[in-house]
Amino acid sequence: MSQQAAYTPYHPRWHRTRVSTWWWLGRWSYFLFILRELTSLGVLWFVVWLILLVRASIGGGPAYQQFLEWAGNPILLALNVLCFALVCLHAVTWFNLAPQAMVVRVAGRRVPGWCIAASNYAALAGVTAVVLGLLLMRG
Amino acid sequence: MENRRPIEPLLWLLFSAGGVMSALFAPVLLFLFGIAFPLRWLAPPDYDRLLLVFGHPLARLAIVVVCSLSLFHWAHRFRYTLYDGLQIKHLNEAINSVCYGGAVVGTIAMAYLVWRIP
Repeated sequence: MSQQAAYTPYHPRWHRTRVSTWWWLGRWSYFLFILRELTSLGVLWFVVWLILLVRASIGGGPAYQQFLEWAGNPILLALNVLCFALVCLHAVTWFNLAPQAMVVRVAGRRVPGWCIAASNYAALAGVTAVVLGLLLMRG
Repeated sequence: MENRRPIEPLLWLLFSAGGVMSALFAPVLLFLFGIAFPLRWLAPPDYDRLLLVFGHPLARLAIVVVCSLSLFHWAHRFRYTLYDGLQIKHLNEAINSVCYGGAVVGTIAMAYLVWRIP
């Protein structure tokens, strides 16, 4: 289609059946696709939450404690559980797709897909362990 | 349309880098600070400990980089979700400015806050 196809009353109109806004509800695989796309909202909320946490940590000890108490609010807890599920879905779908996006060759041979996926999961385990260690270790 | 092309690869790169960063960091951080600490399943770090971790130069840098790339990941993906899901292509420019503009504003806000961590 030409980019110059400006709309005028005389322009021929193509016959296109309008796709429903809810086209993705009809089939499980379509729904999963939209759900995967919506994980970006979980990622957005993760950043917002981190910004609120850092802001509280600037405010001093009482502000930090207040933040944690405020986070116990059922609505925020529900939102955090939902977004945690979304970012987990994002992580799993992202790492499982990584072998298709990355073609790594070592000594002229293609590294098998499961190696790439496994190294991604290893990185996830490593980051998780470091964060847990830094925040939970006593002393 | 033509003059918007050169920036497209950069946006895809940011989307991709942000996808990796958020996949690595978001699950553990959201679980700890959003669920486990508020519910006291795990004892939250005390304030001094939190500052010790967040105040470290490497951690400050990591927080800004992870947040910024995650925001650009969101911006790019959400833009296409709106295209495909709701079929509102005619709101193109408004959506672009909200998404990428939001990512830029969020990055600046986070950099400022992180700089002020005692």
